[in-house]
Amino acid sequence: MIIIITPDELKRISKPTREDGRAPDEIRPIKIEAGILERADGSSYLELGGNKILVAVYGPREAQIKRLQRPDRAVIRCRYNMAPFSVEERKRPGPDRRSVEISKITAEALRPALILEKFPRSVIDVFIEVLEAEGGTRCAGITAASVALADAGIPMKDMVVACATGKVNGKIVLDLSEEEDKSGEADMPVAILPRNREITLLQSDGNLTEEEFKEALNLAIKGCLKINKIQKEALKKKYGE
Amino acid sequence: MDIIPEIIRENITNLINKKERTDGRALDEFREIFIETGVIKKAEGSARVKLGNTQLIVGIKPQIGEPFPDTPNMGIIITNSELLPMASPTFEPGPPDERSIELSRVVDRCIRESKMLNLEKLCIVEGSSVWLLFIDLHIIDYDGNLFDAAVLATVAALRNTKLPTTKIEDDEIILDYDNLQPLPLEDTALMCTFAKIGDQMVLDPSLEEEEILTARLSIGMRSDGIICAMQKGGEGPLNIEDIQKAIKITKDKIPQLIEQLDKTTPHR
Repeated sequence: MIIIITPDELKRISKPTREDGRAPDEIRPIKIEAGILERADGSSYLELGGNKILVAVYGPREAQIKRLQRPDRAVIRCRYNMAPFSVEERKRPGPDRRSVEISKITAEALRPALILEKFPRSVIDVFIEVLEAEGGTRCAGITAASVALADAGIPMKDMVVACATGKVNGKIVLDLSEEEDKSGEADMPVAILPRNREITLLQSDGNLTEEEFKEALNLAIKGCLKINKIQKEALKKKYGE
Repeated sequence: MDIIPEIIRENITNLINKKERTDGRALDEFREIFIETGVIKKAEGSARVKLGNTQLIVGIKPQIGEPFPDTPNMGIIITNSELLPMASPTFEPGPPDERSIELSRVVDRCIRESKMLNLEKLCIVEGSSVWLLFIDLHIIDYDGNLFDAAVLATVAALRNTKLPTTKIEDDEIILDYDNLQPLPLEDTALMCTFAKIGDQMVLDPSLEEEEILTARLSIGMRSDGIICAMQKGGEGPLNIEDIQKAIKITKDKIPQLIEQLDKTTPHR
């Protein structure tokens, strides 16, 4: 038998691959669609590996709650929610401490991209529904939310795009799967404004040296830039060039 | 509730009294139906249904639990619905409100009372262990008539559900995930919902029709024509003729709905 080794396979052989066969700097298969819901002002659907995320945006609309209103700008509110059937063990419906924290940091990650001064006293609602979860849902949610905000026609300076990096078996890898997130030593979600590469979300859970952190951050930015291309394609597909 | 201007209300009503609808449908015509099953891999059963622009996802998750003391040899179904704030500008985040609870209870009733699901076959050890099926309705786009869409999606998801087979060894339950089996479904029941507008009964009300209806009637029916669930809603009354007319149309429509369901998710 003759075995032909293609350059691709050579790369595979020379680089130690991950459990699911990906290279350290490889993201899972990703798909984004814009504008798929009827009622919402803007919406998007994202699949990343086994993750399935649906995002709807409403607004800018009048802030019903007075204390939310800002006289000079709109405010952004996020609700990250997991479907009861999105995980192995059924999740009880309703917010828990984890989803409340993710909702907060998601709003803060998206905020720097938005031009809110044109809509005083109003609110922009972002609803993120995790239909199926397979590691990295908060980053997938932010990436999808940014597409839904653009679909809703909210003025933005740039997209926001997120991707996690982490340390698994002593190696820095991109876009951790559920399995890697569980078994890994560190998990670091990052969101950026791709044009000027400013960071709008940074979390880290686990142990990294300063060197490892630098490597992880660079890798995350690399991953974000790749995903940003797919965000743009989704919008172009909906609205043309 | 969205506010419908009086002039639109009059328009729709006048049209319906002439047996016409704003979207061109006949009074006894469903909107386009789309059914897809197995959409959530982590759920043991799932379905996505679109009825016009109304869209929902149903996921089924099983657990092993204790039976109710009065039915020690029967499995349990628990139906829950989330009217997600993403589905409509009028839906608020928070615990299920009365609309959401009515929806899940009516769906539950249609499934349970039709006896389409043989709950006795979901018993593992009488008196101590039975299958609990969580039916979670996730409403993602609301454009009227959630009831019919929800029952359709639930039945499609139940048909899609596979449970591991169970064995008892040394008083312990062993789950065999290599041998999955479908649920013991013995019949199919679906639902038809009508809105009373003007003096007509209108099948599958759209959102604007729902908002101006005076009364609503949902009829759950099995394939053999037996009525297994009913729910009247809305602030106005219905007369007996309205109800009889609705039942007659339901009898016509249920076999058509089942046929459509069979195409995407065959019963076995």
